[in-house]
Amino acid sequence: MNAVTNRKLNGAYNHAYLDEQTKRMIRRAILKAVAIPGYQVPFGSREMPVPYGWGTGGIQITASIIGQDDVYKCIDQGADDTTNAVSIRRFFAKVADVATTETTEKATIIQTRHRVPEAPLKEGQIMVYQVPQPEPLRGLEPRETETRAMHAYEEYGLQYLSLYESVSAFGRIAGGAGYPVLVDERYLMSPSPIPKFDNPKLHQSEALHLFGAGREKRIYAVPPHTDVRSLDFEDYPFEVQHFDEVCALCGCSESYKDEVILDDEGNRMFVCSDSSYCTDRRNAGHAGPLAGHVLGQDDPDPASLEDAQ
Amino acid sequence: MNEVLAPDGLSPGFTNPVFESQHTFRRVLDAMSRPGLLINLDADLSAPADGIDAAAAIALALLDFETPIYLSPVPEWAGLAQWLRFHCGCPIVENPGDAAFALVRVDAMPALDQFNSGDPKYPDRSATLIIVCPSLEGGDSLRLAGPGIADFRVIAPTGFDPAFWDDVRQDRSKFQLGIDLILTSDNHIVALPRSTRIALED
Repeated sequence: MNAVTNRKLNGAYNHAYLDEQTKRMIRRAILKAVAIPGYQVPFGSREMPVPYGWGTGGIQITASIIGQDDVYKCIDQGADDTTNAVSIRRFFAKVADVATTETTEKATIIQTRHRVPEAPLKEGQIMVYQVPQPEPLRGLEPRETETRAMHAYEEYGLQYLSLYESVSAFGRIAGGAGYPVLVDERYLMSPSPIPKFDNPKLHQSEALHLFGAGREKRIYAVPPHTDVRSLDFEDYPFEVQHFDEVCALCGCSESYKDEVILDDEGNRMFVCSDSSYCTDRRNAGHAGPLAGHVLGQDDPDPASLEDAQ
Repeated sequence: MNEVLAPDGLSPGFTNPVFESQHTFRRVLDAMSRPGLLINLDADLSAPADGIDAAAAIALALLDFETPIYLSPVPEWAGLAQWLRFHCGCPIVENPGDAAFALVRVDAMPALDQFNSGDPKYPDRSATLIIVCPSLEGGDSLRLAGPGIADFRVIAPTGFDPAFWDDVRQDRSKFQLGIDLILTSDNHIVALPRSTRIALED
């Protein structure tokens, strides 16, 4: 096989879209990010064929790490079958000529925006996050020069003050997504807009987690087996969301749920946000109160549709 | 078509630069995210000196005009500078402090504190050292802990002066500053990023 062409595009683009110099620059940034867990490495983010805000940071990381042996999964809000996930997965199936999957266990690279999959991650897997705002302190301090100094000198009092104000205003630490964490007891990090439900999955994870912010031009990382602590107070400990409802399709009581409005009468259902996890459970015979609902019917796999075209 | 044509006397680089660079990088990333793990780079190239296959592959995968490199001035590596200039286009620097990368032989290394260990606000600007040693097994045991390591790992590279590990510990006491190390021998590598805590085992 020719070095810089692939079968589907007949040489129109380099493998995985990016040119080699850009990949080297991003690869060097990733290695430094892994060496300094939680620290945001600046990088020369490129124009991608989707606008900023559509996952350009994650796409550039994936493009720099992906190879022919990889199996690629892409999720948006936990689901494999939403527009953004389908188009990014098709993008890499095309430009990197790579195998795709919706099954968490089969994937070697999982690109995500809002969720960490429910199924436990394994050694050797790489999570790639599309990050809109990498700076956890940005809402408290708009100047990059200042936040950079705050990270440099581990000056995180403002963040604790913000949590304290939340407790005094609401009686608890409010905020459901992008909940700040301390990585290896050193760098304050935004875990991307994942729900705080997923924060504990980062702690001592088996997988490598890479975060890319395209518009903000930052890359950061959490290596496997790294301490990731969600900030809290002794008397107001960190808590994850709990759902009273079980998944209407698979009956799961432990997963993170999406609320789906069914009609104008106020009827609603709660379903697992992780579509791969929910499908696996239904295939294994689990059934929820609305099992068989149209949302639960098996759609053809978008990746296989792509192959059929 | 995509073979890199080398002038007479210069050994070729990767046969297939796109995929071999990716392959090499992924193994280096694996090494960096799991410090102390012995990884075979499986690089298929004729490096311009003996025992530096992995180091040369890492250079081909990561270096370009943006990355000044420092080289150990040893006679056996006489052809290395020209090889790197041709294949990577990287500037070769005489002063260790100016280097983003260094390719050094364990018996011909400048003191660690001569390399750039980064800026408190930009610790990523520190140097990465690629150290060529005789073997990654059979030396004094070092016990590793930190991010990327579940409990602890033990490595035993050869050729190092015990005082070097004191310098490394000194360097690491300055975290977030610090120098990232990749130890290589022939085709194998072990990474010791600055986050790894190192202790000599008795």
